Amino acid sequence: MSKVLRYAGLALIACFFFLPILWVLVSSLKTQSELFTYPLTILPAHPTLSNFSAALEDHALLRYFGNSSFVAVVATLITIAINLMAGYALSKYYFPGRDIIFYVMIGTLMIPLQAIMVPIFLLLKKLGMLNTLWGVIIPPAATPTGIFLARQYIMTIPNSLIEAARIDGAREGRIFRSVIVPLAKPIVATLAIFSFMWRWNDFLWPFIVISNKSKMTLQLALANFVGQYQINWASLLSLTVITMIPMVVVFLALQKYFVTGLTAGGVKF
Amino acid sequence: MRRKRTRGTFEQTRAPLLFLTPNLVIFSVFIILPAIIGLRMSFFDWSILGSHTFAGFKNFVRLVDDPMFWRTLLNTLIYVATVVPLILVASLLLSLPAAQNYVGIGVFRALYYFPTMLSLIIVGIAWRWILGFDIGIANYVLTRLGLGPAPWLTRGDMAMGSLVFVTAWTRTGYFMMMFVGGLQAIPKTFYEAARMDGAGAWVTFRSITLPLLRPIILVVTVLATIEAFKAYELIYVMTSGGPGSSTKLLVQYIYEVAFEQDRMGYGAAMSIVLLAIIGFFTFLQFAARRTEYDNE
Repeated sequence: MSKVLRYAGLALIACFFFLPILWVLVSSLKTQSELFTYPLTILPAHPTLSNFSAALEDHALLRYFGNSSFVAVVATLITIAINLMAGYALSKYYFPGRDIIFYVMIGTLMIPLQAIMVPIFLLLKKLGMLNTLWGVIIPPAATPTGIFLARQYIMTIPNSLIEAARIDGAREGRIFRSVIVPLAKPIVATLAIFSFMWRWNDFLWPFIVISNKSKMTLQLALANFVGQYQINWASLLSLTVITMIPMVVVFLALQKYFVTGLTAGGVKF
Repeated sequence: MRRKRTRGTFEQTRAPLLFLTPNLVIFSVFIILPAIIGLRMSFFDWSILGSHTFAGFKNFVRLVDDPMFWRTLLNTLIYVATVVPLILVASLLLSLPAAQNYVGIGVFRALYYFPTMLSLIIVGIAWRWILGFDIGIANYVLTRLGLGPAPWLTRGDMAMGSLVFVTAWTRTGYFMMMFVGGLQAIPKTFYEAARMDGAGAWVTFRSITLPLLRPIILVVTVLATIEAFKAYELIYVMTSGGPGSSTKLLVQYIYEVAFEQDRMGYGAAMSIVLLAIIGFFTFLQFAARRTEYDNE
C-alpha cells in the first residue's frame, strides 16, 4: 500500500514538471481554429502536422535552425578544445602564477554578461564582430566551469603516464593529444553535452550581437515572434516544439546519469 | 595539492603557457577588458556611436534621483527574495525522495530535471500559453470550476508571482540533482546509527541530513541568487516587464537605458551597481557560512 502511495506521489510530481510541456506538444498538433474553440479540447480532434509542414516550408526558419546548429556545434568544439588545454596546463604543470591564473579565471563567474553587456557591445562593434555568428561563438567559449571541470578531472590522471611518455621522447603537444585527450573522454562527453545545451538555449549573447534577421538563431526568432502585436500561436507553438527537439535528444543521451545520480560536479554548469 | 618539481625544460615551462593562451586571450578580451571599459564608461556620457564626454560621478548621482532605477531595483530584490528561498526549499524537499534507491527512480529524476534543459524562452512561451487570460488552459479550468479567470500575467502582483513560480518550476530540477549528489554521499551508517538510537525521521533529517548538506545548501543559495539577479529572458517573453513596470527588473532597465535610449554611460553605471550587489550578496552568504562554522 505504502509502495502504491509512494509511486503515486512521485508520478504526481512528474506531472507537475512534465504536463506543461506535454500541453505545448499537444497544442501544436491542433489547427489554428481548434486552438481557440470553446469549450477547449484537451486532445486534438483532428491531429495535424500542418503547422510543422508550414514551418518547414518557411526558408527563414531553416536558416535560423542552421544558424543555431552552427553556433552550438562549432562553439562546443572550441569550448572542449581550449578548456581541456587550459585544464591540462593548470593541473599538470607547475609554473609561477599558476594558481593566481586559476582563481582569477574562476572569479570571472562573478562577472555575468548582464553586467558587462554595454561595453561588450561596443567592443564587438569595434572588432567588427557584431552581426556575425563568430561574435556569438567566441566570447563565451572560455567558461570558468569548463576549466574547473577539466582541471579537476585531469588531476586524477596519474603523472607516471605523462612522465613515461616524456621519457619515450614525446613532446608536450603530443602528450596532450595521445595521453591526456583519450583519458579525459568522460569529461569531454560532459563538456560536450552541457556546452551544446547551453549554446542551443542561449539567448542573451545572440540578442546583443545579432540584429540582422539572416543571422538570427532559433531562440532569437522565438522571442521576436512573441514580441509581435498579434501572436500567431499555431506557428509559434510548432516552432517551439521544433526548437525543443535537439534538447530531447540530449536528454535521452543523459539517461544513464539520472539512473546513477549525477555527481554534483557534473551539473555545476 | 602542490607537486614539487624542479624547473622544467624550456619546453615544459613554455608549453603550459601555450596551452593556456586561447583561454587567457578570451578571458582578457571579453571579460576583463569589458569590465574595465564598463567601469570607465560609467564616468562618461557615452553615445552608441562613440562620442563621449567626461561626466565625473554624474551618472551615479542621477541614479539616486531616478525613480525607475529604484522601482526596478526594488522589483529585483523582491524577485530574488522570493524565488531563492522557494527554489532552495523545493529542490531540497524534492531531492529527499529522488535520492532514494527506489526501483525506477531514475525515470522520475529525469522527468523532474527535464524543464531545466529547455531554454527560458521556450519555458516562457509555454507558460504564457498556459496562463494566457482568455486563451490559457489555467483560466479555462478555473472558469469551469466556477472560480472565474485570474489575471495571471495582467495584474502586477500576480504577474510577479507567476514569474517567481515559473522560475522555480524551471530551475528546481537542476538544484535537486545537486542535492541528490550530496545526499548520496552521506554514508548509510550514519542513518543506521540514528535508527538504532531510536531517532525519528524528523530528528534524523535535522541532525544528520541538514548539517551534512550545508556546503551544498550554500552553493545552491549562491548560484540561485546570482541567477535571480541576472534574470531577463523569462520576463522578456512572459510579461516584457509589465503590466506597467511591475515586473521590470534591473537588467531589463539597463538594456533599455543603454540600447534603446542610447545612454550607454548611464547604463554602464547601473551595471556597476548590479555587479556590486551581486558581489555583496555572494560575500554575505560566504561570510554567514563562515560564522556558522566558527560557532560550531
